[in-house]
Amino acid sequence: MKPLSLAFVLFTIVLLGFSTYQALFVAPTEQTMGDVQRIFYYHAPTAWVAGLCFFVNFLASIVYLWKRSLDADALALASAEVGVVFCTIVLITGPIWARPVWGIWWTWEARLTSTLVLWLIYVSYLVLRRFAAGSQTPVLAAALAIFGFVDVPIVYMSIRWFRTQHPQPVIAGGEGSGLDPVMWHAFLWNLLAFTCVGIVFITLRYRLQKLENELEAEHARLALAGGTR
Amino acid sequence: MSTATVTKATLLKDLRMEWRSKDAINSMLFFSLLVVVIFSFAFNPTAEESRLIAGGLIWVAFLFAAVVALNQTWARELRNQVLDAYRVSPAPANALFLAKALGNFLFVVVLEVLMAPLFVVFYQLRSVGPVWQLIVIALLGTWALVVNGTFFAALSIRTRSREIMLPLILFPISIPALLAMVDATTSILTGDSSPNFWMKMLLVYDVVFTAVCLLLFESVLNAE
Repeated sequence: MKPLSLAFVLFTIVLLGFSTYQALFVAPTEQTMGDVQRIFYYHAPTAWVAGLCFFVNFLASIVYLWKRSLDADALALASAEVGVVFCTIVLITGPIWARPVWGIWWTWEARLTSTLVLWLIYVSYLVLRRFAAGSQTPVLAAALAIFGFVDVPIVYMSIRWFRTQHPQPVIAGGEGSGLDPVMWHAFLWNLLAFTCVGIVFITLRYRLQKLENELEAEHARLALAGGTR
Repeated sequence: MSTATVTKATLLKDLRMEWRSKDAINSMLFFSLLVVVIFSFAFNPTAEESRLIAGGLIWVAFLFAAVVALNQTWARELRNQVLDAYRVSPAPANALFLAKALGNFLFVVVLEVLMAPLFVVFYQLRSVGPVWQLIVIALLGTWALVVNGTFFAALSIRTRSREIMLPLILFPISIPALLAMVDATTSILTGDSSPNFWMKMLLVYDVVFTAVCLLLFESVLNAE
């Protein structure tokens, strides 16, 4: 690994430790929900990273269709996989928080349902990638990625038509909303830390995919060179 | 060759083949008949209950049946290298896509026309709201399923497990359309609320995804 990226990984680990400390010890206990509210410091940042990953996937897919660069495809794959992982974390931490606070694990409410549908769309993207054959995989996957991303606002609009139980946006949600400044700090530290974690994961996965692509190209070259074993 | 000429020629060819073999329509009809019977065993609804759940049953049955036809869309073109021939010909790619989508649309609409009376009889349906709106929803909803379905069938035909792949990629993307169709149908049948929002939603869905399909089909057709 290059020294610069090694430094970034170390920085991310330290930052993650610090932000966890902030979330668990520095941030005050929430009045009505108690300690369980601290899951917020993981739930919201991971949701943000998942969204970011899917956006990167969308951009990389467009770049692939435009430039036909295998690197863009590797980035699309890496960001989709990491996005699904983070989206899974959101879907797991959500119910853990909901059970003590709302009294139920799950409800078919706008944001929960949208997130679940988002997760389904990107899992189907990964399934397509797994089953598609050989060199046409990137094109098929990129097409599906664009469909998926275009679908997101439509999913959100349609599901919003049902009543919403999820809390209204706490940040910039109008009168009476807002976090305690200390909570804000803890939240922002975690947002930064998890964004860095996401970047590290995507970078590592991206490099792995590039190596796999190179290996495949090398195999193809050897086969063309006439090596019958 | 203009898009319209090629579209018309391909569409007529597909319709003629379907008219002679009746493969797609027969398998869809029998499939949705089975779904109707199995659902009525599974839920055993009274007339009042069935009004509430019929929107869901009808559209799930049509969705599953449509997948049967969609899976066959590209299969015969692949068998005799028709797609390869099409790729090297100067005919516009979108003409082929439009012809296939229109063909599937017609097949599914025929299916719906034939199956609708059966649903009415088996589930003792009687609409409280205006029936003509159901027709609008059926047309918009069918196009929503079929346009993406035709596109995704072209994707899944190139994968290892062709027939399983289509529903796996089609259903997640179609969730908002299905939600709109089901809710609009239910709100007309029960007369409780206005389906206007859902009709607009379906229209937006149709326009957006038709555009995306036409934009991307050429890349998919030429994928190596």
